[in-house]
Amino acid sequence: MSAVLIAVLVLLGLGLVFGILLGYSSIRFKVEGNPLVDQVDSLLPQTQCGQCGHPGCRPYAESIVNSDEAINKCPPGGQSTIEALADLLDVEVVPLDAEHGEEQIKTVAYIREDECIGCTKCIQACPVDAILGAAKQMHTVIESECTGCDLCVEPCPVDCIDMLPIAPTLNSWQWPAPKPGIELIATDRHPGIALEAEV
Amino acid sequence: MKNTVRVHSFHGGIHPPENKKQSTGAPITMAPVPSRIVLPLQQHIGLPADPVVKVGERVLKGQLVAEAIGRISANIHASTSGVVTAIESHPVPHMSGMPADCLIIEADGNDEWIEHQGLEDYTQLPKPELIEFIRQAGVAGMGGAGFPTDVKLHLGDDHIVNTLIINAAECEPYITADDMLMRERAEQILGGIEIIAHLLKPLHIMVGIEDNKPQAIRALHAALDNSTLNLDIVITPTKYPSGGEKQLIKLLTGIEVPSGKIPADVGIVCQNIGTTTAIFKAVTYGEPLISRIVTVTGQAARHKQNYEVRIGTRFADLLDHSDVDREQMYRLIVGGPMMGITVEDEQIPVIKTTNCVIAGSVQEMPPQPPAQACIRCGMCEQVCPAELLPQQLHWFAKGREFDKARNHNLFDCIECGACSYICPSNIPLVQYYRFAKAEIRKEDAEQRKSDHARIRFEARLERLERAKVEKEERRKQRAADAARAQAAKKDAALTPKPASTANAESSEPDLKQLKSNAAIARTKLRQAEKALANAKDKGQEGVDTLQATVIQLQEKSDKAEQAYQQAQNAPAKAPVAAPASSLKDLKNNAAIARTKLKKAEKQLADAEASGEGDISALKAQVVTLQERTAKATEVYENAESGKDNSAPAIALDTSGLEADIVAMQGKVDKAETAWKTAVESGSPAADKMAAGVAKLKDKLTALQDELAAIKNASIATAAPVIDTCELEADIVAMQAKVDKGEAAWKTALESGSPAADKMAAGVTKLKDKLTALQDELAAAKSSAIATAAPVIDTSELEADIASMQAKVDKGEAAWKTAVESGSPAADKMAVGVNKLKDKLKALQDELTAITTKSDAKQDETQMQSEALDMKALKQQVSIMRTKLKKAEKQLAELSEDEKESALASELIAEIDQLKLRHGTAKTTYDTAEAELIAAAAQEGIDLKQLKIDAALARAAVTKAERALTKAEDDGKQTLEEELLAIRAQAEKLNATLERFSE
Repeated sequence: MSAVLIAVLVLLGLGLVFGILLGYSSIRFKVEGNPLVDQVDSLLPQTQCGQCGHPGCRPYAESIVNSDEAINKCPPGGQSTIEALADLLDVEVVPLDAEHGEEQIKTVAYIREDECIGCTKCIQACPVDAILGAAKQMHTVIESECTGCDLCVEPCPVDCIDMLPIAPTLNSWQWPAPKPGIELIATDRHPGIALEAEV
Repeated sequence: MKNTVRVHSFHGGIHPPENKKQSTGAPITMAPVPSRIVLPLQQHIGLPADPVVKVGERVLKGQLVAEAIGRISANIHASTSGVVTAIESHPVPHMSGMPADCLIIEADGNDEWIEHQGLEDYTQLPKPELIEFIRQAGVAGMGGAGFPTDVKLHLGDDHIVNTLIINAAECEPYITADDMLMRERAEQILGGIEIIAHLLKPLHIMVGIEDNKPQAIRALHAALDNSTLNLDIVITPTKYPSGGEKQLIKLLTGIEVPSGKIPADVGIVCQNIGTTTAIFKAVTYGEPLISRIVTVTGQAARHKQNYEVRIGTRFADLLDHSDVDREQMYRLIVGGPMMGITVEDEQIPVIKTTNCVIAGSVQEMPPQPPAQACIRCGMCEQVCPAELLPQQLHWFAKGREFDKARNHNLFDCIECGACSYICPSNIPLVQYYRFAKAEIRKEDAEQRKSDHARIRFEARLERLERAKVEKEERRKQRAADAARAQAAKKDAALTPKPASTANAESSEPDLKQLKSNAAIARTKLRQAEKALANAKDKGQEGVDTLQATVIQLQEKSDKAEQAYQQAQNAPAKAPVAAPASSLKDLKNNAAIARTKLKKAEKQLADAEASGEGDISALKAQVVTLQERTAKATEVYENAESGKDNSAPAIALDTSGLEADIVAMQGKVDKAETAWKTAVESGSPAADKMAAGVAKLKDKLTALQDELAAIKNASIATAAPVIDTCELEADIVAMQAKVDKGEAAWKTALESGSPAADKMAAGVTKLKDKLTALQDELAAAKSSAIATAAPVIDTSELEADIASMQAKVDKGEAAWKTAVESGSPAADKMAVGVNKLKDKLKALQDELTAITTKSDAKQDETQMQSEALDMKALKQQVSIMRTKLKKAEKQLAELSEDEKESALASELIAEIDQLKLRHGTAKTTYDTAEAELIAAAAQEGIDLKQLKIDAALARAAVTKAERALTKAEDDGKQTLEEELLAIRAQAEKLNATLERFSE
């Protein structure tokens, strides 16, 4: 009888100790916010373009995590972002939702400076402060900071902003994918002949 | 020859046909000076160099033409003398085949050196300066990547360098440049090694060399015998790619450089043998890196040999010199057959890293057979010198599983091509790795960029948030400041006011206030006039409104000015020259003076009769009193007959009275002392004297009473005048404030500022205040009406009404805009507008009351006096019209019940009257105008036409002026002449018009 009591007490004590330990650590090591949102946000291209229907990349990340928003609504990120998101969230890879736009080549905004009237509207629209200028002064885009979100194109009253594809340079040039070869071994090259021989 | 150190081994490797013998038959010869030199600004990783010469400039051999930017960058020098003809895009040796910026020099054939000098004793120079000297010479790694050498020489600063390895392996087939260099210039090589050793101070120096170059080894050993340098020449078995940096380190030391590290991390520095000669030449002779040894070989080349080629020589020149058979040439390869690149364009120049040019025939360099399926033989794994899993990496790259490829150490691949060479299925494995690497790098770059964008985006949000908070704080601060200022103003306004009303002496601050009011009114008037002139010039609409405003302002300004002048002229003590003092008072004064005279005379008679008292004094008093009485009567009579001479009289009277009182006081005192002495001496006259004293005392009290009465009376008459002046000034100031406030509020509304509501409230408050002031004025005036002549007031009242009308209109317009823009301040404004309307009505009622009183005679006099003033007439007519309309509207607004009431009938009566007056005013105006037109017609001018012509002329002047400012210099003179002509005509027309309109 006493052995049973001892066993029960020991188990109770253990339970108590671990309970306290877990309770303490859950307070001590509490993580602020949702770390998954940060991870998803870091995979998004941060153009803040709003093509996904959300007012920026982080809101999209939040809605992916919190309300099961589809992961294929980011045209600037393209297929590689979808793959990365699918990998992170452990869901199926789906093709890009064409409703929200198509994956396009990377572009940067370019202001035709002769036509710029210095209205500062594009400066206010730029989410990353990549446009330099002041009221009644010519504006220009800092190319290295431009994310190509094209949010500045619409507000321009004189339509002097172009989205130009980024010209490849020697440093940015990439090796292309090799052409796929013949994926057959020599004896399989003419399957028809082999079949005929069998017949 | 035996090795003094143990040679290790590395994994894998292949043994392709060497094909080196072809190009070692002939010694190194100097390639001829080409006609054109093409120097790419970027010949390596890192940043491109920045050109320091201009197009058209003549440069000498060895002259710096482009300067390094940043740490990983190298200087570029002209390799022969000539003229810089262009800095433009030109094909360069790059895998992409893309053109890049190049500096192009047309050689003049003189090959003229710039002045240059080596260092006499480099060991005397501090190391950083020596390294800088080498950097200035533009020395870059001549083995493969062209990495700037000075960067590697600095490695001794933060790494402990135990071993210096000189790479002379030259493992790739076909290439013999280093071999021939060692055979012919072994001393230069050793000299270069000495300099490097001096800089890095290694414990051990090794030269790694493959055993397929026995002559080179012999030459090195021979040179070493004459040198003090302590180094090991290590002969390694021939195996590709023993020349790879990490592979050679493994071979010579057995140490494996960890993944992701550089050799310096394990205490080893590698230098190519070609680089050592470049360092030697730079330090000893001061020659920058402008030429290198290039092997020209391949079956299509008839002279297969090594040349010392100027950097920037185009392949076409080199191939011509080697007598290459273009028919036979199938592929042109830069570098070796394993790692080199195929180029299509012969215009591509030799750069610092070009060690070999192969003009291969079809047999030599057959096209790549089509890739077949991987049979998973595993041979690639066996030959991989980096001990990777090429097959696995191939699958990952093909399946775009780049993360997995990265985890399988893709980046340790040196792209030597051994796996592709050995693959039985001819799979271009290296291409797959290059592709995968590029994709991973791109992803990383995008990740970096998106992180950067996120940081910037968040910074922006933070900035906007901060700006918002700051703006809010500033707004609050401003509001608080304004409230404080207002409170202070209120206090200031409250304190001096009672003082000024209670004490006429303290009119000093009022003077200032009045002066500033007058100034404000003047400024406003000038502005309005300018605006009017502008509007007239441009023929804009609303000139009428502006004109009305100007007239109003003119009145206001005049009033303010007048008030100021009055206040200034008024003597400080005398309670203002009372021009409005009534006849009654004058009459009173005269009567009092008369009574006084009688009293004094009686007193004199008494004194004479009793023979006591100061008879002579009494006589003198009587005389003065007589004079005064005469004066007072005269003043009264003058005033009655219309002459306004009363002011000095009253002033005199009170001062005279005061003097009287003093004199009387003196008399009383005297009489009292006399009486007292009489009582003491027991004189019988004491009783009589007592009676005299009592009489005198009575007189004194009477005089004092009189003075008080006069003073009261004069204050009573003067006070309202002061008040109205002050009030008017206040109203003018307040009006200015209201206008300013309204303007500010309107701009705020337009810009959508959130402060608009508050401003609207402020404007309403100001308006309320204005209304209060106007009420006060009206009250003061109505009280003044009792004493002052009503004639003055009606015109003033009318002006007030006109301005009030303008205010009401303005308020209504503001209210309408507020309603349209959906501002919440609209309700408040409506209340304000209603108040203003009430005010207006009150003013109109007042006016009607006054006018009805003095209608009959006033109308006539008014018409007569103003018949000549067309402008005033016009204004009169418009005022009448407005009043009439207002009254009619009021009547229409009355409900059915009210129509029966007395108010309605009153209104109807008023309307009738107004109609009548309007009719009279209109007829007067019409007649005046008709007279003018007739006068004009007499001179043969149509006034209407004249007006139109004048307006047109004014417009033409404006247009011409604008054209003149825009015009270029050439057309200016004619335009100026035109403008002068037009202006003259316009002035003429205007003058005529003015003559008739005034």
